[in-house]
Amino acid sequence: MSDKPLNLTVYVWRQKDAKDAGGLVKYDVKGVSSHASFLEMLDILNEQLIERGEEPVAFDADCREGICGMCSLVINGRPHGGFAGTTTCQVHMRHFKDGETIYIEPWRASSFPVVKDLVVDRSAFESIMQAGGFITNNCGSAGDANAIPVPKEQADRAFEAAACIGCGACVAACPNSSAMLFTAAKLAHMHFLPQGQAERMKRTKAMVDAMDAAGFGNCTNHYECEAACPKDISRDVIAMMNRGYAKASLTYRDPAAKSGE
Amino acid sequence: MSWFVSYVRSSVGAKHVMAVTGLGLLLFAIIHMLGHLGMFAGRDAYNHYAHTLQGLGALKWIARGGLLFLVAVHIGAGVRLASLNRAARPVKYAVYRTVRTRPWAKWMPWTGLLILAFIVYHLVHFTFGQIQPEYFHKLDPQGRYDAYTMFVRGFQNTGILISYLVAMALLLPHLAHGISSTFQSLGLKHPKYDGLIDKAGPALAVIMFLGYIAPPIAVALHVIKLPGA
Repeated sequence: MSDKPLNLTVYVWRQKDAKDAGGLVKYDVKGVSSHASFLEMLDILNEQLIERGEEPVAFDADCREGICGMCSLVINGRPHGGFAGTTTCQVHMRHFKDGETIYIEPWRASSFPVVKDLVVDRSAFESIMQAGGFITNNCGSAGDANAIPVPKEQADRAFEAAACIGCGACVAACPNSSAMLFTAAKLAHMHFLPQGQAERMKRTKAMVDAMDAAGFGNCTNHYECEAACPKDISRDVIAMMNRGYAKASLTYRDPAAKSGE
Repeated sequence: MSWFVSYVRSSVGAKHVMAVTGLGLLLFAIIHMLGHLGMFAGRDAYNHYAHTLQGLGALKWIARGGLLFLVAVHIGAGVRLASLNRAARPVKYAVYRTVRTRPWAKWMPWTGLLILAFIVYHLVHFTFGQIQPEYFHKLDPQGRYDAYTMFVRGFQNTGILISYLVAMALLLPHLAHGISSTFQSLGLKHPKYDGLIDKAGPALAVIMFLGYIAPPIAVALHVIKLPGA
């Protein structure tokens, strides 16, 4: 790696609003420090655009330290650029060569409609969470942290699933735009813990059904989601969900349901 | 029963339908392959096997009906899922790279439909006797259908031999992805067995490919010959 500034050709998806057809637009970005982050490169591009009186590129970002789940971007055909365990905001320009051409596109899924340029509406994930991504509990003052003992290994497995930041890279990477890794991670982080057991079947059924209702595609076991996940969530959680959904569908009945439902 | 309909139509339930019907068809394919390896046991043994199957009466029709049902559901569900998956990404990526999946995993709908076309051709050939009617339903000295001679005559024809080899070459990648996927789809997975499951699909697919092409190749190489030849 050298400290020499990079001159890049960048193709960015530009789309005025949800109704606009959109298209890739070519920009030359000059003098980018190899120490800059990928999003800072876009900041530099935007400053150039503003100076020229053009509309800056809209993209999502918040914490810029890989934990909030806001940043997205399919960079050269891979969500978050395809670096292991890395979000877009953690990608640095030292990974790119001088003179390189970079393609930047939004997440592509009918359930993630483009709002503007590279910004997509990920509220379909919220609808899945609202269907069952919680436990039913009395609110009030916080309980004692260790009132329910959980073995360390079990807590670790729950934590590995809970590391999901809900960024949507799994959907973006999937050939079918399936949201199974996200949904399964959200189920698994509760189902590895005692607190998640009481509503386990109801939750599995409700969240899978909400995922289907949101229009995501179907899993065909390519495991591109696992490869793209910036938090390295394992496809094993999907197998766990598949098993749990069969059990819930075949044996669980909502107490409020009528006979035969 | 509305709960059952909503289960099999759901994304996860549809995976289970694909997996269970696929397992049923795989079981048939294994038995079918073992049966045809009987060609190596000679004319009498093979014709006896064929005669026994034909003599199963009602059981034969139950098995045929079951297979037709499995094929119809497997393909119907597969086509529905493939079209839903296309609809889930209306705008394609300009640049899209995959890193984990194997090429043949992406061919599943196409290898599946081509195998369906082969099954139709295969039935027209050996069940309905329309491809080589001159060798169909001849009798052997014991008065049984001479399936052995029909088999040898069939694969002495180079065009027919090649068409079957191509079909088996399509079945190989379909099984390689399908068998391993079944375990993931049904959630029958555990880190203790994951390595085995990932290898079992491709390994069983290769074994079945070799098992299926062995008798036709043996005919082409004159290892399996016409009676008295």
